[in-house]
Amino acid sequence: MTGDMSANSTSIFSMERSEPNALRVRISGQCHGQDLLQNTTAVVAELERPPEVMSLSFDSAGLTGWDSRFVAFIRDCAELCRARNVEFHEDGLPAGVRRLLRLARAVPERKDTRRPTDRIPFLQNTGENVARAWDRSLNLFTFLGENIIAARNLLRGRAQYRWTDTFLVIEQCGPQALGIVALINFLMGLILAFVGAVQLTKFGASIYVADLVGIATVREMGCVMTGIILCGRTGAAFAAQLGTMKVNEEISALQTFGISPLEFLVLPRMIALMLVMPFLCAFADFISISGGFLVSVTMLDITPTEYLTRTIQAVQLQSFLLGIAKGCFFGFLVAYTGCLRGLQSGSSAAAVGEATTKAVVTGISAIIAFDGVFAVLTHLLQI
Amino acid sequence: MNTDETKIEIRNLTIAYGSYVVMHDINAKVKRGSVFVIMGNSGSGKSTLLRNMIGLLQPAGGDVLYDGRSFKTMDEEERRIQLRKCGVLFQNGALWSSMTLAENVALPLQEYTDWSPSDVAGVVKLKLALVGLSGFEGYYPAEISGGMRTRAGLARAMALDPEILFFDEPSAGLDPITSRNLDQLILELRDSLGATVVVVTHELASIFTIADDSIFLDAETKTMRANGNPNELLKHTSDAKLKAFLTRSELPAAPPAQTSIP
Repeated sequence: MTGDMSANSTSIFSMERSEPNALRVRISGQCHGQDLLQNTTAVVAELERPPEVMSLSFDSAGLTGWDSRFVAFIRDCAELCRARNVEFHEDGLPAGVRRLLRLARAVPERKDTRRPTDRIPFLQNTGENVARAWDRSLNLFTFLGENIIAARNLLRGRAQYRWTDTFLVIEQCGPQALGIVALINFLMGLILAFVGAVQLTKFGASIYVADLVGIATVREMGCVMTGIILCGRTGAAFAAQLGTMKVNEEISALQTFGISPLEFLVLPRMIALMLVMPFLCAFADFISISGGFLVSVTMLDITPTEYLTRTIQAVQLQSFLLGIAKGCFFGFLVAYTGCLRGLQSGSSAAAVGEATTKAVVTGISAIIAFDGVFAVLTHLLQI
Repeated sequence: MNTDETKIEIRNLTIAYGSYVVMHDINAKVKRGSVFVIMGNSGSGKSTLLRNMIGLLQPAGGDVLYDGRSFKTMDEEERRIQLRKCGVLFQNGALWSSMTLAENVALPLQEYTDWSPSDVAGVVKLKLALVGLSGFEGYYPAEISGGMRTRAGLARAMALDPEILFFDEPSAGLDPITSRNLDQLILELRDSLGATVVVVTHELASIFTIADDSIFLDAETKTMRANGNPNELLKHTSDAKLKAFLTRSELPAAPPAQTSIP
């Protein structure tokens, strides 16, 4: 009983029954690069065909070369035999293949390591996600509380705080960020003025571009844009730094020396950002208004003096201070989310990447959300 | 000094990650001034046990006693005082990467002592010299080799003249010579400082050279399988698994999984 299952230029696979109950698989030729695993189905079909097969053996006398796929195929056959209580004879296989099979068998497969692949019921999944989200939001507040305690220790002069670190962070996120802050805010000023000019000239009120740019920048755009830049630039860096320190057990080393990572790592970053942000914001305001100035003077019929006088009239000190205060708070948010995500990071390179992403996402969301809250509050308080 | 005195006692300790129990019912006593080795196969929870002992992880059950005082019931301040007496060398040193070697060693001194800056600098130089790193004070961890990082980590762990030194796989990633030198260093520290040393390792050469006492953790039964001096254990044990571990040999074959083997 013979049947050619697959025949091509390099290898030949066939099956035969030497006796009614004994199946012999014959493989010959060059097995490199051949997709042998597809023959498994043919073997299954043959095993199921009556009369019942009691033993499976191989004839590889004509085999001139094989690779791992050949061994995988043989191993599949062995598994099939075991499942069906069919005797498996491997003497017909090359010695190397037999050794590899023995090696693969040496440590039996552990059944308890299998991950459950069943689909989790929808409700269970939802419940678990809600529980996880709840834990996460609790973490957010725990971290806040711990920070307040650390800040209190600092005020009492008992914290393990290093001003040198603060200055280092200030340097990294202040002066070194001036370029990008200037670029983005200059363009924001240009865009605001341009959009405003197109609309306002229709009403012959182009002088009010100065009001538009001045107020929008000082109250909203300056601090929000700077906050977002800082979040992408510095918040991500914080998360990556602290995450890597965690992977490297540097955080554990601090803890075993009784040094609080919060006081030692988080507080300097937080204070640095809160100190730096007001200056960055004021700088951003100035640059953005310069952008508006450029558009107005070159494109509209407004003299430089007119524009400046109008801006000074429109922008109140109160609005300016509001923007600065918001900037300071956004600095806190950036440091808070960056450090929180960094410290929550798992212990692998992938986890650090995830922590960095989360830090930026949380940071930007928090900035926008709180800006909304501030908008409502200032409206109610008529600031 | 009474050398038979128990410095650390591990009592019915269960360690777990969440609900997944890594090890249970670990009992051992570490004598003052001895080198105690926690050995076991990879993934058996040796480092986790160490982290439970120094409070980085909370034991799921049982207790660790230092000088007869329960670590579990200590409040934060007492723990701080206890940890001040401990030095920990983490895998690959875990040096603070933003600081130079000198700053790394100096930080614990600055935190816990009111020494003058020149005293601190002097002690830092001494500690780095003890581990053979004179002249590298101004280097950052990223600028030196793995073996040097481990030694610098040791210098930092010794900064406060600890009574107990914990080593987490000190010879991981080190060449045989460096690893042997580290073993000698550990023994010298024990002899000269009278320190109690707890080492997590699976390096057989180290185990037989340095250990006065040891426990063997087994991942399969999830508990300790043996307790004693490794040389004695090797001579007298009837446990095939421990013997295989200590002699680096194969376990007696598991029952064959196949129906027929030629």
